[in-house]
Amino acid sequence: MTDKIKKMQDTVNGIMSKYPASAFKGRKGHVIVVDHSEAPQEMVADTRTVPGIITERGCTYAGCKGVVVGPLKDTVAITHGPIGCGYYSWLTRRNRGRTEKPEDHNFLAYCFSTDMQETDIVFGGEKKLQKAISEVVEIFHPKSIMICATCPVGLIGDDINAVAAWAEKEYGVQTIAFSCEGYKGVSQSAGHHIANNGLFKHVIGTGNALKGEYSLNILGEYNIGGDGWEIERILKTIGYTIMSVMSGDGTVEQLKSAHKADLNLVQCHRSINYVAEMLREKYGTDWIKVNFLGIENTIQALRDIAKYFGEQSLIDRTEAVIAAELAEIEPEMEKYREMCKGKTACLFVGGSRANHFQGLYSEIGIETVLAGFEFAHRDDYEGREVIPFIKANADNKNIENLVITPDPKHYRLLLSKDKYKELSQEMSLNYFKGLIKIMNDGNIVVDDINHYEMEQFMKILNPDIFASGIKEKYVIHKMGKLSKQLHSYDYSGPFAGFKGAVIFARDIAMGLTTPAWSLIKPKWKQDTHLEGSYVYVEEVI
Amino acid sequence: MLDHTPKECIERKSLVINPAKTCQPLGATYAALGIHRCLPHSHGSQGCQMYFRSHLNRHFREPVEAATSSFTEGAAVFGGGSNLKAALKNIFAIYEPDIVAISTTCLSETIGEDIPTYILQAQVPEGKYVIHANTPSYQGSHITGFSNMTKGMVKYLSAAGGKSNGKINVLPGFVNPGDMREIKRILRSMKADYIMFPDTSGVLDAPLTGEYHIFPEGGTKIKDIIDSGNSLGTLALGHFASTDSAQELKKKCKVPYQALTTPIGITATDDFLMAIAEFSGQPVSAELEEERGQVIDIMADLHQHYYGKEVALFGDPDMLTGLTQFLLELGMKPKYILTGTPGDLFEKEVNQMLSQAGTQAKVKSAGDLFTLHQWIKQDPVDLIIGNTYGKYIARAEDIPLVRFGFPIMDRGVHSYMPVVGYKGAMRLIEMISNTLLDRVDRDTADEDMELIM
Repeated sequence: MTDKIKKMQDTVNGIMSKYPASAFKGRKGHVIVVDHSEAPQEMVADTRTVPGIITERGCTYAGCKGVVVGPLKDTVAITHGPIGCGYYSWLTRRNRGRTEKPEDHNFLAYCFSTDMQETDIVFGGEKKLQKAISEVVEIFHPKSIMICATCPVGLIGDDINAVAAWAEKEYGVQTIAFSCEGYKGVSQSAGHHIANNGLFKHVIGTGNALKGEYSLNILGEYNIGGDGWEIERILKTIGYTIMSVMSGDGTVEQLKSAHKADLNLVQCHRSINYVAEMLREKYGTDWIKVNFLGIENTIQALRDIAKYFGEQSLIDRTEAVIAAELAEIEPEMEKYREMCKGKTACLFVGGSRANHFQGLYSEIGIETVLAGFEFAHRDDYEGREVIPFIKANADNKNIENLVITPDPKHYRLLLSKDKYKELSQEMSLNYFKGLIKIMNDGNIVVDDINHYEMEQFMKILNPDIFASGIKEKYVIHKMGKLSKQLHSYDYSGPFAGFKGAVIFARDIAMGLTTPAWSLIKPKWKQDTHLEGSYVYVEEVI
Repeated sequence: MLDHTPKECIERKSLVINPAKTCQPLGATYAALGIHRCLPHSHGSQGCQMYFRSHLNRHFREPVEAATSSFTEGAAVFGGGSNLKAALKNIFAIYEPDIVAISTTCLSETIGEDIPTYILQAQVPEGKYVIHANTPSYQGSHITGFSNMTKGMVKYLSAAGGKSNGKINVLPGFVNPGDMREIKRILRSMKADYIMFPDTSGVLDAPLTGEYHIFPEGGTKIKDIIDSGNSLGTLALGHFASTDSAQELKKKCKVPYQALTTPIGITATDDFLMAIAEFSGQPVSAELEEERGQVIDIMADLHQHYYGKEVALFGDPDMLTGLTQFLLELGMKPKYILTGTPGDLFEKEVNQMLSQAGTQAKVKSAGDLFTLHQWIKQDPVDLIIGNTYGKYIARAEDIPLVRFGFPIMDRGVHSYMPVVGYKGAMRLIEMISNTLLDRVDRDTADEDMELIM
């Protein structure tokens, strides 16, 4: 252990010492100082948030409806519950979607809720849900309906699966129920799993669309700020066919044939790894962990995908596209690099982004000194090799683990055993290495950071940027430091791919150099000016 | 934009599409932030608090700190008493607030949590306070939640000491910090000694100084809320957000009250000033009378820009009641007036205003924006006034929008600026007439372009 690491460890211990005993127990192990000489370092993650702590986490419903189901544009997602949950998850994640033809369905700008009232809580809400579905069918004629449950639904025992079955029979419209009550898990993560299960059980594998050449699914890409569109543009330029995107700008229709793709790309590991694994188990489809945020990461991803298919023409086209894209962005990137270099950042986002954005930050000369996730699991920190050792507990046992067997008709392996072995050495094939391995010694990794810890780390690390979400943003600004939202991109984007990197660099450079920061202290509070300005005023008078 | 909204209305009894309200605990959280050094706490799943905080963050662009009981399935089945007690212990140890204001959620209400008993069983440090309000999400709206939490302040804190403090209580209702500042300025101008609660000014519009404090300078002091039981009277602004609390204060401490329309526009502000004058015995100040004259001057000068224009307005009931009155004073035609908050009183009050002005409109409580959009499709308007969600309808139908109410998440500064009082009236006229004129400038032919308007 170096002095730097030891000193930082003492600091972390100091922060923890303010907690009452039970809160200390709840937070112990969630904060580590990276020390690669001690590898593998174990994180405590995906456990309950300590009550009373100002957490940044959300709930199971937010993970299911808000993250995974919400972006599917051709389905009517009905929130079954009181009005709040549907209202708050209405248009707030910036998952964009567009339609090609006027007759195509796009319900993204709509919020559908059963707006349960007290009588529904007392007498049950199934009838109201049935009626709501009838009204949806009558007004919108959707091809797909999804029901997302909120807290009271499970408590009063509404059987939303029975209602879904009734709706399918009554109207011939596929209706899927998600029992994603907010309390079901310790964070959004449980909701991702529930959504993954629902889509895999009821949608994926039911379609028969023709497979194009070099066909891909992009998993865990939610098209925030148009990221997915930028990724698709690059992949299509190279010559890939996109079978489906889960779920940004995605459709239920596309998802049905996702099992036919040659390869799955996994962007957000946390929210979609269940589908990636289930596709592999049932259909033999491999997945690669990609990261389209950052120039080097994007290049790496493109090269890995080309190498997976192994066709020279594809590899050549990939290199040509990389060269062309790089030539276009490099001069502008250099300008922003000059403005940003030497700064430090803290990243606390979601379940993958604190990992994804580090490359992009380092490409403009910014080191990440603290990183962490709201709702990640141990594998997101330590790598997938830890999965067999993750202990089951009352909370994660709550979520169904689907038992998958190979599909006799559609199971196929694209790679020979030898080739698979060879590629596994060269890329993240069906593997994710996690966050800790990319961090430097002495840096901090925090799981489920809370308001108090964030405030303390801001004081100690004094970073130039704290990149997080809206709940943290204005706290950081009050401290006179820049905060960048990496959930919503501060309503900018895309940040993915080559062109997105420039937009990101521009936004960060703009945020760091906006004159507001230099105006915080008024002249009369800057000691050296006090006397002078007073005299000046006197003279004018 | 909103291409799937048909012109023809099909009656809906169960499905809400594009709501014009949200749930109670959000309003309760906002009200609680208006107490000095208060940490709001949500007794339910942690997602609720995440949603309230982020929604308030987006409207105010300010930190919103609030804690949660972080229910998991075990707590949902066996009760969240131990969660709440642990939460209170942690909150007082870590964040050191003076008071914690607990609101319930649909989860904790459905399982019937007994919050007062939990509070009694909790370890609350000497000199600190814990209050609560029942705010089931399946009743009313965020405005009901605001009202319930304000009432909770009265129930737990207000006390009559037997001696008058010579002050007026003002309950401002669910308005912006900019409005709360304006109400206080009016009271100071009237030389009235007052207690206003809740007061989010100085909390949700705190300055950036480079130093962060979890509890900023603003908010009503606990001792003042306690002292509200000794006041001369209470002015409750807005029937939906404030009247219940004023009644509670009357019941508990025998403080008389007047229920007033949220002071938007001339008449409602006039009434507010006269009510202050009545309780305080001070005349309306020359400063405010001058401001009033300025607004009337503006109204005479600019009426041609907005007179007779048809307006669709939506939002929270108290704000809409005040705004409807003002639009009528401007000679505009409110055509559709819709709130998501349930309550027949709203329709009654607004219809009364309209009939007094010799006009009528479609007025609806417990409505949604899908309905409003369909009305507009059937018979359009010149202007929409409402919150950020209105911009989708505005774009779909190519109708200008004036942003008013809560939430406004796509524009800044609004939360600092008043819509109440005469200053607020001036600002509203400026926003309405500029928006209409921008549209004229955009649509007019080159040869018809006017330099002076």
